Amino acid sequence: MAFIPHTRADVEAMLRTIGVARLEDLFDEIPAGLKIKGLDRIPEALNEMQVGRLMSERARCDGGLTSFLGAGAYEHHIPSAVWAITTRGEFYSAYTPYQAEASQGTLQMIYEFQTMIARLTGMDVSNASMYDGASATAEAALMAVRANRRSRAARILVPSTLHPHYRRVALNTTHNQGLRFEEIPYVRESGTLDPAALESLAGEDVTALVIQQPNFFGRLEDVDALTDWAHARGALVIAVVNPMSLALFKPPGRWGTKGVDIAVGEGQPLGVPLSGGGPYFGFMTARMEHVRQMPGRIVGRTLDSAGKGGFTLTLQAREQHIRRAKATSNICTNQGLLMTAATIYLSLMGAEGLKRTAAASHARTRELVALLTRIPGVRAAFQGPFFHECVLQLSRPAAGVLRSLAARGIAGGLDLAPYYPELGSAILTCATETKTTADLERYALALGDALNAAQAA
Amino acid sequence: MSQLPQDLKYTKSHEWVRTRADGSLEIGITDHAQHALGDLVFVEVPEAGRAVKSGDACAVVESVKAASDVYAPVSGEILEGNAQLASAPETVNGDAYGAGWLYRLKPAAGAVQAAQLLSPQDYQKVLDAEAG
Amino acid sequence: MALTERVIYEYSAPGRGAADQWPAPTGEAELSDLPAALRRAEAPQLPEVSELDVVRHFTRLSQLNFSIDTHFYPLGSCTMKYNPKACNQYAMLPEFLARHPLAPESHGQGFLACMYELQEMLKEVTGMQGVALSPMAGAHGEFAGVAMIRAYHRARGDDARNEIIVPEAAHGTNPATATMCGCVVREIPVDTQGDVDLDALRAAVGPQTAGIMLTNPSTLGVFERHIEAVARIVHDAGGLLYYDGANLNAILGKVRPGDMGFDVIHMNLHKTFSTPHGGGGPGAGAVGVGERLLPFLPVPLAAKEGERYRWVSEAERPQSIGRLSAFMGNAGVLLRAYIYMRLLGREGMQKVGEFATLNANYLLQRLKDAGFDAAYPRRRASHEFIVTLRRQARELNVTAMDFAKRLLDYGFHAPTTYFPLLVPECLLIEPTETETREVLDAFVAALSQIQKEAEQEPGRVTSAPHTMPVRRLDDVRAARQLDLTWKPTAPS
Repeated sequence: MAFIPHTRADVEAMLRTIGVARLEDLFDEIPAGLKIKGLDRIPEALNEMQVGRLMSERARCDGGLTSFLGAGAYEHHIPSAVWAITTRGEFYSAYTPYQAEASQGTLQMIYEFQTMIARLTGMDVSNASMYDGASATAEAALMAVRANRRSRAARILVPSTLHPHYRRVALNTTHNQGLRFEEIPYVRESGTLDPAALESLAGEDVTALVIQQPNFFGRLEDVDALTDWAHARGALVIAVVNPMSLALFKPPGRWGTKGVDIAVGEGQPLGVPLSGGGPYFGFMTARMEHVRQMPGRIVGRTLDSAGKGGFTLTLQAREQHIRRAKATSNICTNQGLLMTAATIYLSLMGAEGLKRTAAASHARTRELVALLTRIPGVRAAFQGPFFHECVLQLSRPAAGVLRSLAARGIAGGLDLAPYYPELGSAILTCATETKTTADLERYALALGDALNAAQAA
Repeated sequence: MSQLPQDLKYTKSHEWVRTRADGSLEIGITDHAQHALGDLVFVEVPEAGRAVKSGDACAVVESVKAASDVYAPVSGEILEGNAQLASAPETVNGDAYGAGWLYRLKPAAGAVQAAQLLSPQDYQKVLDAEAG
Repeated sequence: MALTERVIYEYSAPGRGAADQWPAPTGEAELSDLPAALRRAEAPQLPEVSELDVVRHFTRLSQLNFSIDTHFYPLGSCTMKYNPKACNQYAMLPEFLARHPLAPESHGQGFLACMYELQEMLKEVTGMQGVALSPMAGAHGEFAGVAMIRAYHRARGDDARNEIIVPEAAHGTNPATATMCGCVVREIPVDTQGDVDLDALRAAVGPQTAGIMLTNPSTLGVFERHIEAVARIVHDAGGLLYYDGANLNAILGKVRPGDMGFDVIHMNLHKTFSTPHGGGGPGAGAVGVGERLLPFLPVPLAAKEGERYRWVSEAERPQSIGRLSAFMGNAGVLLRAYIYMRLLGREGMQKVGEFATLNANYLLQRLKDAGFDAAYPRRRASHEFIVTLRRQARELNVTAMDFAKRLLDYGFHAPTTYFPLLVPECLLIEPTETETREVLDAFVAALSQIQKEAEQEPGRVTSAPHTMPVRRLDDVRAARQLDLTWKPTAPS
C-alpha cells in the first residue's frame, strides 16, 4: 500500500539504527497538539483494478461528442509514436535537467524544440516552454516592459479580438506590477482590429502592441501594417500565434519591415491532446537582443571538459533560483513533457505534414461554413477569409441551439454571448483535418433541425 | 590574495572608485568581487545621461552561478558605460582595476564628500571581516 | 547504451517524411481565399525524417537520461518518488483525452466529479477550507497565494501592506513570486538550529507586513518548532501566513498546515501526490485557503449541486483573483493526482509522511555513522536532510559538486547541491518513502567509496563523471558563445 516497500523486519532494523523505538518517535519535534488523529474524510483505498473500473466509468460520462469547438484548443490527429515515446519513464519520470551529465536526453530534446519553434515562428531564440498560451502572453507583456527601455508607461495595447481568456490572464498576472492594458476595438463588419482606433493613440507612450494571428474570431489581421505602426512609435510588438497556422501564414519574424520582437502562443495543436484543457504548453520566442529579458529555461550547446559537444541550461542568472527577487519571472517548473510531445510531433509532421494539416483544416472549415450558411437563419458574422474558425450568427439564441446539438452528440461551437454580447446570438465554430464530410453533413442536419424546432416552439 | 591599488577608494559592496583628471569618477568592481563571482559571462552597464543617486543599482555583473548589482557609490550623472564589456565581459576578470572599468560618472556637487568611501586599508578590513 | 545521438536535423533527407501520418494534400484552389501577402513564402526548416528515424532518435535520447524509473534520484526538495503507472494509464483514457475544455458540462460530469472530489480530499489533508486546482506549477500556486493575500488586504482598505517576509534559506521562487505580485521582499535569518529567528521576525513585522512565506519542514530539512509562535507574531501584526507546500510530503497524514495557523498553501501535486516531473513539468500547484481567503480563490472551481457537477465562473465570484490559465489548468495532471489519492486512500495517505521520514532519518544516521557531517546533527531529519562537505572541501579540495558528479558514475542521481546557500558545500538529500532499505544502503556505500577516493585519489572525483554521455560541461562557454538553435554549419 502507498507504494511503500518496507517489510516489518526492515522497519525494525531501521528504527534500531536510528535509535528510536517507534515510528512515532521520529515526529517528536512537532508540537503534540498539532498532530492529527486521522483523515476521516479521505475514502478507503481502492486497488488498481477498482480504480481502473471507477475511472473507466467516469470517462464514459465524458465521451460521445463530435466536437466543432476551437477557441484556443484544437483537435488534430496525433500519431501514436508521439505519446508512446513521451510517456517512456526516462522522459516521464525525470526531473528538470539541472544535473546536465545525467540529463542529456532532455537537454538535447529542448535544444531541438527551441530550434523547431524558432524556425516555425521565424524568430531567433526560443525558451523551453511556459505554462500555456495565456500565461505566455502575460509573461510576454512583462518582458516587453523590461525590454522597451524607451517607454516609461508600462502600457500595452491589446486587441479586443485577442482570446478573452488570454486578456483576463494577462491582466490578472500583471496588474500588481502596474501594467496597464488598453483594448483596441474591432471593426464590426470585418472582425479585425480597427486601424482608426489605433491612429487615435499616435503620439502617446505605448510600450507594446499585441497582435493575435489568426485572431480569436479566426480572422486574419493586417499584421505587416500593424507591426510597422507599432515600431514607428517606439513600441515593441508581441505576436500571439497558432503554431499550426504558421505552416500557411507568414511567420511573426517576417511581419512588417523588421519582424516582431516577441512571439508567443499555445503549443497544444502540436501533438497535445485536448485533455479537458491541459496540460498544454505555451511557447515563447524572441529576437536575440531580448534574450536576457526572457523568462524560463533556455538550453545551449557547449563543449565538455574533453572537448565533446553537449547540452546544458544556460543564461540561468535570469532565473529565480539565482536572481531571486530580481528574476525575470518566478517560473520554475514548466511544461517539459508537452514540449517533448511537440518536438516528436513536429519531427513526424515536418514542414509538409504540418502544411497539409493546416490546409486541410482550412478547407474543412470553409466546407463547413458553406454548408451551415446555406441553412436559413445562419450567416457568417464577418466578411473575409479565416483560418480554421468562423463566427456564425444564428436566428435563435445560441445557448439553446448548442444544447439541442449536444443532445444529438455534437459540440457545435462556443457561445460568444458572455464574451461579445454585441454580436447577439453568435457561435465560434471550428473544423480540422479530423472531420469528414459525413461529420460536417451531420452537423448541418442537426443545426437545421435545432433552428427549426426553436422556430416551431 | 586580492591586490588593492592604493590610489583608489572603495565601498563595502566591493566597488572601486577612481578620480580622473577632469574630476569625473570611474567605477568598477574589485578584484575580490570578480574572483568571488567567477568567470563573468555578461555585464550590463548604464546608459549615458542617466541621473543616479548614491546606492542605486546601475550595472549588473553576471557569472554562470550568480548575478550581482553594482551600486553607484556617489550621486551624479552617468557619462558613459564601458561599451567593450558587452562583447568581452571577461575583461573584468582579467583587469578589474583597468580595462574592466564599468562606467564613468560626473558627481553631483558635494556628492563625493557626502559619500562614505573607504580607504584601501579600511576596505581591507572589510575583506578580513568577511573572511573571518 | 550509445553515448551520443545526433541532432534530429542531421538525419534529414530532402523529400523524406513520416508521410503515413499526413492528411492528403489540399489543392491550392482551396487556399485561394487567403491573401498572398499573409501567406508564408518559405517552408519552415523542420526535420525531414521517417517515422522509424523519429522513434529511434527519441528513444535513444531518452536513454541518455537518469529518471525515477531507472535510477535512485534523491534530489532534496523535489520528492522524486515512484510515479505509479496506473495514474498515467487511467488519466489517459480516450474520453478524457478527447474532451474539449469548453465542452458542455453535460459531457464532462466524469471529469468534474474527479475534480470536485480532489478538491475535497486536498482540503482534508491540508486542513484548509477551500481549494482551487487551476495553478499549473508550484510557482504558479505561489503567485495565486500571494495575489490572494494582496487582494485580501486591499479589500479591507489596507493597501499599504506590500511586504513579504521570507527566511533567508527560502526557495528562490518565494522572493521572485513576491516581486511578481508587486511586493517588497524582506529576508529574515534562521537560528543555529535551523528555526526562524523569532526576535528578527518580531523586529521585521509591522503595518507594512502583507505576510510571511514559510516552508515547513523548512528547506534545511527540519521541522519549524516555533511555528505556533511564528503564526501568532505574524497574525498579531495583521499579516497572513503562506505555506510553501514543497515539503508537504514530510508531514502528509501527520500534521496539517491549516492546523498550524497557515492561511494559504500551495501544494506541488508533482511532488507529494506523485504526478510525474516530466523532465521539467508539467506540475500542478493547487492552492488551499482558510476562511478569510475563500472569496479570493482563483477560478475555475468545481462545484456540486445535488447530483450534478459544474464549473464556478468569475461572474459568481466577484472578489476572485480571477483566471490564471487559458482553461482548467493542468487537467490531466490533476486526474493523475486524483487517481494516486484514491489508490492510497485514508490509511496509505497517513503512511506517506511516516515512511518518508523513516527513510530520511535512517539514511542520515547511516551517513553520520560513515563519517559524514550533518548540517544540523542535533535535529531530527524531516523527509530530507543536509550533509555538509565543508570539511572535505577544505581538507581534500574535493567539493560537494565533485561528490555529486561522481555519484552519477555509481548509478545514483546526485542530491540537490548548493541549495540552500546558507549551508556551505551542502548536499540536500531526500530519499522518499518508495525506496527500499537496500537502495539506501547502496547509496551509503557509494558515498563512502567516493570519500575513500577523495582521500586516496582525489583527481578521480574532481574529474568525474567518467561514465556518463558527457564529461563536465563548460557553462561559461555556453553563456558567452550562445548556441541556442541548430544551424546546418554549427560545429558538432
